[in-house]
Amino acid sequence: MTRKQRRLTLIGSAGAVLAVALGLILFALNDQIVFFQSPTDITQSTMPAGQRIRLGGLVEENSVVRSDNAQVSFRVTDMANTVAVTYTGILPDLFREGQGVVTEGIIGPDGVFMADSVLAKHDENYMPKEVAEALKDQGHWQGGEETANQ
Amino acid sequence: MIVEFGHYALVLAFAMTLVQSVVPLWGALTKDERLMAVAAPVSVVMFLLVLMSFVVLTISYLNSDFSVLNVLENSHSAKPLLYKFTGVWGNHEGSMLLWVLILVFFGALVGAFGGNLPSDLKATTLAVQGWVSAGFILFLLATSNPFNRVVNPPLEGADLNPILQDIGLAIHPPLLYIGYVGFSITFSFAVAALILGRIDAAWARWVRPWTLLAWCFLTLGIAMGSYWAYYELGWGGWWFWDPVENASFMPWLAGTALLHSAIVMEKREALKVWTVLLAIFTFSLSLLGTFLVRSGVLTSVHAFATDPARGVFILTLLCLFVGGSLALYAWRAPMLKQGGIFAPISREGGLVLNNLFLTAATAAVFVGTLYPLALDVVTGEKISVGAPFFNLTFGPLMVPLLIAVPFGPVLSWKRGDLLAAAQRLYAAMGLALLLTLFTFWLWGMEKVLAPLGVGLAVWVMAGAVSEIVTRVKFFEIGPKRGFARLVGLPGSAWGTALAHFGVGVTVLGIVTASAFQEERIETMRPGDTVDLAGYQVTFDGAAPRRGPNFTEEVGHFTIRQGGVHVADLDPSKRVYTARQMPTTEAGIHTIGFSQLYLSMGEGRGDGAVDVRVYFKPLITLIWIGCVIMSLGALFSMADRRLRVGAPKPAAKRKTASLAAAE
Repeated sequence: MTRKQRRLTLIGSAGAVLAVALGLILFALNDQIVFFQSPTDITQSTMPAGQRIRLGGLVEENSVVRSDNAQVSFRVTDMANTVAVTYTGILPDLFREGQGVVTEGIIGPDGVFMADSVLAKHDENYMPKEVAEALKDQGHWQGGEETANQ
Repeated sequence: MIVEFGHYALVLAFAMTLVQSVVPLWGALTKDERLMAVAAPVSVVMFLLVLMSFVVLTISYLNSDFSVLNVLENSHSAKPLLYKFTGVWGNHEGSMLLWVLILVFFGALVGAFGGNLPSDLKATTLAVQGWVSAGFILFLLATSNPFNRVVNPPLEGADLNPILQDIGLAIHPPLLYIGYVGFSITFSFAVAALILGRIDAAWARWVRPWTLLAWCFLTLGIAMGSYWAYYELGWGGWWFWDPVENASFMPWLAGTALLHSAIVMEKREALKVWTVLLAIFTFSLSLLGTFLVRSGVLTSVHAFATDPARGVFILTLLCLFVGGSLALYAWRAPMLKQGGIFAPISREGGLVLNNLFLTAATAAVFVGTLYPLALDVVTGEKISVGAPFFNLTFGPLMVPLLIAVPFGPVLSWKRGDLLAAAQRLYAAMGLALLLTLFTFWLWGMEKVLAPLGVGLAVWVMAGAVSEIVTRVKFFEIGPKRGFARLVGLPGSAWGTALAHFGVGVTVLGIVTASAFQEERIETMRPGDTVDLAGYQVTFDGAAPRRGPNFTEEVGHFTIRQGGVHVADLDPSKRVYTARQMPTTEAGIHTIGFSQLYLSMGEGRGDGAVDVRVYFKPLITLIWIGCVIMSLGALFSMADRRLRVGAPKPAAKRKTASLAAAE
């Protein structure tokens, strides 16, 4: 094998691996990413059923209902619209009525959002960043601009 | 008063970094030995100064001195002593001070023990380390000063985030930082080589122990962080592909590639230009990780109070160091001379393949981590890239790499024989095939990928063992002489085998814990029993309890197997009083390498609680494998040929005596 052939083999295999990686990344980006939506986005748009989304907003006061087998239902609101959510499992420690939440799942045929994960990670303002920004868009956000005050 | 000493020491350290950044480099360029000699003592003094300010901050925490803003915001007088101590780095300012402490510590190590380095290389390396130190100490002083005072100090502090009040905080950040920041030395060596325009096998020999050290700690740090998240967050997951995890995983992947390409450079003088580029990339990814975690662009446990000025400052540093080093690379790299050539099927070829897949995997993680941020900035659209993306991209890239791993060490340098290599691995192949079939028989066809994954893991483990066995010709020469030769194997051979074995162990843990995990979520009342994986879990009831700075509701569970008592578990829900913040403490029982994992949800008021029970087969192998990998790195570091400045003749004598022994 000449030096040139060796170099070509190297470049060829590098190209092949990179092409595969690029293909995988593009395919996965097309298929596996999940869009963040507010309750208003969901009520206004007609989404194909079965599409995975992230729903974020505030947990409506007095909306949490627990039933047996660790089933929970609650409503997520952005003060303009609300979406009903069901979830089976243990809610995160920081899940509370009136505070921010992000859930991921699909919308069922009856319009109820079936979540398979619920996140209540947040910063000092008890609000996931996406939720805070979505609420700002709706004009329902007071304060919170100040950082953790000293 | 003592607080001002700490502050002053940090300012002095900054002044020292300026000396360090300029004087030795000037000396190296003008060939002035006296100017170059400045580097070593200054690097040690710098370390002592930063150490002093770190000790001062620690004392303020131990004394609960609430006149220091940082202590006030992150501590509480009722906090247990251990957490007062670890709380020093449980906040933004303190953790950056630890970051800088480790940075200057590595500089001081090179200064103190780099006596056998060529003086210009040592001086330039320390100067580059000085630039990085100057940037980050300035960052501390300008935007994140831990020594700021409060005029009218309140009597009580705001307490540390309860999730961080755990032994994990004592271990995870220091380990991770030694790894992260340790790559700065490799970076400084690479930039120094570019400035001096000279790079050779000796350079690789100096750089490899530092890379190994950093990699070893980073591996442990990531594993520790993963285990901490697993037991502390109460979700039963051990890796979430969270951007913050990826931030530490990317330097690990690039660092792994760097370790391997440095071998080629050391042994065969090839891949020089590529190795230098990898060294730059690895530390750049560390810096990127610091930016992601510390700037507050991400919401997570790791993002402490956010302040836009900090993000901008780190971003500027990031652009300066990454941009500067890459520009230097573009300018100087073509001047580096290329070394030996090799056939595609050879040890070098195998290591190149390793690098290809690892860098491609790094790129996939990079895209998945940064794409959502970039999209948000450009279009304002908010998306999340989660586990499915990474499973689809990272997974397939790892499979061919893992298949190739056992071949690498049994191929010969320069030109290898694939068939001969495969013959040495027949036993490993057979064992892997056998266990694949066994898993199929055990579980049937319902999970097709899992038995293949088990086979792959066994293949990597058995491959590592057979490499060692065939290398000493254990079965040909009989066990007695075989053992003697096993002991006499160079540390780097043991290192390779151990590290590869560890990879196999981790993969086995990942495959079994994800594919064969069993999970039940139930609402349980006292007396209820749940059956899972052959165990009966009975809920006996819950009772309140008081801790030093929290109150908790502790559940009591009894675990039986076929009526025989196995263990009692007490998972709990805590509320930390100072912040009124709830946390979940999981109850974990280890059976062999597997674990039963219990976590409770909020009570229903009528004595019923939501309970999540998992059985995670062989899950501890995930972390045990990481520990084995780090052990491998330690063995490699102990290899005398790699020890910084091991004299050449000694190595020759060793091989000669080995030959004589045969």
